[in-house]
Amino acid sequence: MIPELGNFALILALCLSLVLAIFPMVGSLNNTPGWMAMARPAAWGQFFFTALSFACLVNAFLTNDFSVHYVALHGNTQLPIIYKISAVWGAHEGSLLLWALILSGWTVAVSRLSRKLPIEVVARVLSVMGMVAIGFMSFMLFTSNPFDRRFPVPLEGGDLNPLLQDFGLAIHPPMLYMGYVGLSVAFSFAIAALIGGKLDAAWARWSRPWTTVAWVFLTIGITLGSWWAYYELGWGGWWFWDPVENASFMPWLAATALIHSLAVTEKRGAFKRWTVLLALLAFSLSLLGTFLVRSGVLTSVHSFAADPARGLFILIFLCIVIGGSLALYAWRAPAVSSGGGFDLFSRETLLLGNNLLLIVITAFILLGTLAPLIYDAMGWGKISVGFPWFSAMFVIFTPFLALLMGIGPLARWKRQDPADLARQLRIALLLSLGAGILLALPLLHEGSLSAGLAVALSVWLVSTQFLSLRQRLKYRKGLTGLLRDLGSRGSGSYYGMLVAHFGIAVFIIGITFVTQFDVEKDVRMSPGQSLELAGHTFTFEGVEVVPGPNYSAHQGSIRVYKDGDEVALLQPQKRTYLVQTKPMTEAGIDAGFTRDIYVSLGEALGGGDWSLRLYYKPFVRWIWLGGILIAIGGLLAASDRRYRIKDLATEPAATTAAARKLASARSS
Amino acid sequence: MARYLVPLGIFLVLVAFLYRGLSLDPKLVPSPLVGKPMPAFTLTRLQDPNTTISDTDIKGKVAVLNIWATWCVSCRAEHGALLELAKTGKVDIYGLNYKDERAAAQQWLRQLGDPYVANAFDDTGRVGIDWGVYGAPETFVIDSQGIIRHKHVGPLTAEVINEQILPLVAKLQTSP
Amino acid sequence: MMKNFLTTLTILLVLGSGPLHATATLESFKFADAAAEQHFKDLIAELRCLVCQNQSLADSDAELAHDLRAEVYEMVQAGKSDEEIVEFLVARYGDFVLYKPPVKPSTYLLWFGPFALMLLAGVLLLRAVRRQKRSATAEISDADRKRLDDLLGERNSGEQKP
Repeated sequence: MIPELGNFALILALCLSLVLAIFPMVGSLNNTPGWMAMARPAAWGQFFFTALSFACLVNAFLTNDFSVHYVALHGNTQLPIIYKISAVWGAHEGSLLLWALILSGWTVAVSRLSRKLPIEVVARVLSVMGMVAIGFMSFMLFTSNPFDRRFPVPLEGGDLNPLLQDFGLAIHPPMLYMGYVGLSVAFSFAIAALIGGKLDAAWARWSRPWTTVAWVFLTIGITLGSWWAYYELGWGGWWFWDPVENASFMPWLAATALIHSLAVTEKRGAFKRWTVLLALLAFSLSLLGTFLVRSGVLTSVHSFAADPARGLFILIFLCIVIGGSLALYAWRAPAVSSGGGFDLFSRETLLLGNNLLLIVITAFILLGTLAPLIYDAMGWGKISVGFPWFSAMFVIFTPFLALLMGIGPLARWKRQDPADLARQLRIALLLSLGAGILLALPLLHEGSLSAGLAVALSVWLVSTQFLSLRQRLKYRKGLTGLLRDLGSRGSGSYYGMLVAHFGIAVFIIGITFVTQFDVEKDVRMSPGQSLELAGHTFTFEGVEVVPGPNYSAHQGSIRVYKDGDEVALLQPQKRTYLVQTKPMTEAGIDAGFTRDIYVSLGEALGGGDWSLRLYYKPFVRWIWLGGILIAIGGLLAASDRRYRIKDLATEPAATTAAARKLASARSS
Repeated sequence: MARYLVPLGIFLVLVAFLYRGLSLDPKLVPSPLVGKPMPAFTLTRLQDPNTTISDTDIKGKVAVLNIWATWCVSCRAEHGALLELAKTGKVDIYGLNYKDERAAAQQWLRQLGDPYVANAFDDTGRVGIDWGVYGAPETFVIDSQGIIRHKHVGPLTAEVINEQILPLVAKLQTSP
Repeated sequence: MMKNFLTTLTILLVLGSGPLHATATLESFKFADAAAEQHFKDLIAELRCLVCQNQSLADSDAELAHDLRAEVYEMVQAGKSDEEIVEFLVARYGDFVLYKPPVKPSTYLLWFGPFALMLLAGVLLLRAVRRQKRSATAEISDADRKRLDDLLGERNSGEQKP
């Protein structure tokens, strides 16, 4: 009964999406207030029924209803409750329902928080979001219905993939989807602006907090995924340039370019066409990621499904949404006026350069990801493009980004005297070069010029941010000055920027140091045997069998000593889950601020001996610490007082009306 | 003004590739050995460990080489099709028993039928690597000069045999 | 025991075509020194497993990966160069086995594409900045200018009110 209710609710949600997509949009074009007013109620209705449908699927898992095919495949009576819930989005059909739920959630949020926006804008924005929802709901209802029944009903479910039975991985998809879907808000605002022909600072100001929040979620989602891979997969890696990882990284890069571009459009009225295009691009990349994960076009660890028939459906959906939006762009963008002018040397140019660089990086990641497909399709042979290529390219291009990140905040808007800027930057340059050389010199015999470069770039970033802060606080001296500045309008975005850029510095140190200086050893050890590695002593104490709620594990004990003192007792496991009997490792990790010690259990070699892999990973936590700092920076920026709802309303009426007049005159 | 169409243009090119990609298999590894002489090898025969079989024994007539093992589920599935092919008598089928146990393999053939003219026993899998095996079963078509002309990865079916293997064999036999 | 071990692995291989991330793959190969061991590890990390195609030869637990690792180890011990080892594998499996695509005319697009894009971006940047600088000064039409003057006039008179 309840699955049928879930299915029916989904159908109703689709109907409401249709209403939402059509009536308010048409109403906005014909200036029919009644139809435009349907947007908000339709959005709420869509959310209500999607949530109901989702609740029904959750219920099916919690009650072990194996007559539902999806539950029979991925559920299990022995599954702990938290994983019964996360199993809902653990595979293809359910994850689509999560997508739809989050999308309808954001739609309602936009509907709720847009009271002060003109009704035709709200109508258009919500309509576009409704159009996206139609795609996902119909995809589910026609090709991937989570509520399909099966008969005969199995007595037990197939169990959730053991790899997914982990808290980090349970929340990783929701975080990512919050990001992907959130970018649809910027997308919808851009479409609305293109249709209405009004691309002004107000549009940028409305879009900015939504985009920033979506970007924060995406940052958290990617950071979580990387951290999970590290502690779960047992081989100490944290990024593999897997096609689906790239599919999440590309929207992030585009969204980063977008938030910088929106800042310029809001402040200076420049880059309007760029910003619109980036808004379209960011969400398009999200949708492309959806296609790549589910169509089987690329081999990936993360593939939800490899079904060309479903792939075709998504591809058609992509053509409609992305193709349609880009066609709209081609048609309406030329009429968009340019904003404030700026010199060749100015903050605007630096930011434009920054955005272009981010897009170049996005483009080559796309190139590398799709290259096997392109080469195969063109008959140029079958190649693989893996981490050596991606790493090489990434390491070449990212330093330029870090350089720009340092210069940008110090440059003036509109016109910056290069000599003056160079003078300001002198000290930062000296500090960074000095630090880099100081570090690289003693380590040169280990060939770690990269570490020196990483330190130089990080010191560059930190020192330039401090220089910028000093400049900002020139007339607000001392601690009181700082506190007053923190409370002022516009401080959110500024300090958000500082924190986020600082996070990048931390991130650079993390990835470079762990790549250059990590130590790894594969060994065979007997109980009681000790081994030296990276200044630590590892003593293997043996393996015992330990039961778990739905698995049985071999658990090893390894004591780690440094200078005679015990540092950690590591207990890596090798689990065999009761249903899906694939063996799975849980690494034993001693986490530290400056290093991780990591042990994973291999195979029993007879006589109590086991093969083990021992790792010493310096600064690896800085990778995710950097990610968290970046996310915090984004939150600070989004919480800027300028975006508070009541503040958005208090634009003087005269300037708004005049601006509208000019804008409409220009775009006609 | 045309520059505003560039993003759309790039997207359409991308869609064309993605569409093409839907009908391709990213997991399939084409063999670089096609068009090259078959790898040289000398192994004991499966049925008689005291005698050997080499690539030179296969050369001289158009032949089919099938890589198989008893632990391979798909090999079991294709065995019927192989027997049918053997029955047609149109081409000699040689086998490469890959990383298997001699007794088990012999037993298997006794039970299920033996379509092979001869079987090479590759217990270490070293010869299999020379042939570029990555997923048994794999089947090669070799011409009378000993040049590999075609590789099929995965189990043979009646369809594959009738549409790909036999026509190629016929062609090679008439015009070497 | 070894046979049992191998048989179990290969059954897993056949049944589970998904990635066997799970077990750390650990043969204890012996090396002359740490540098040689690292060199071997770096080499196999850049090769792709053909069975578990989402893992490198270093990480994959597939039987074929075990065999290929042993092959590479033997070749390394025999003093073969990296090029020779790569050539050996490519001759049998094609370029697919390399995570780092070879640099040859057909892959120039891949290796030089990013730099070409970078140049293109630089050119676009310069053109965009120059173009908007030009238009920013000359764009306002007469009708607009009049309208602007009127508006500013309104506002000024509004502000001058005591």
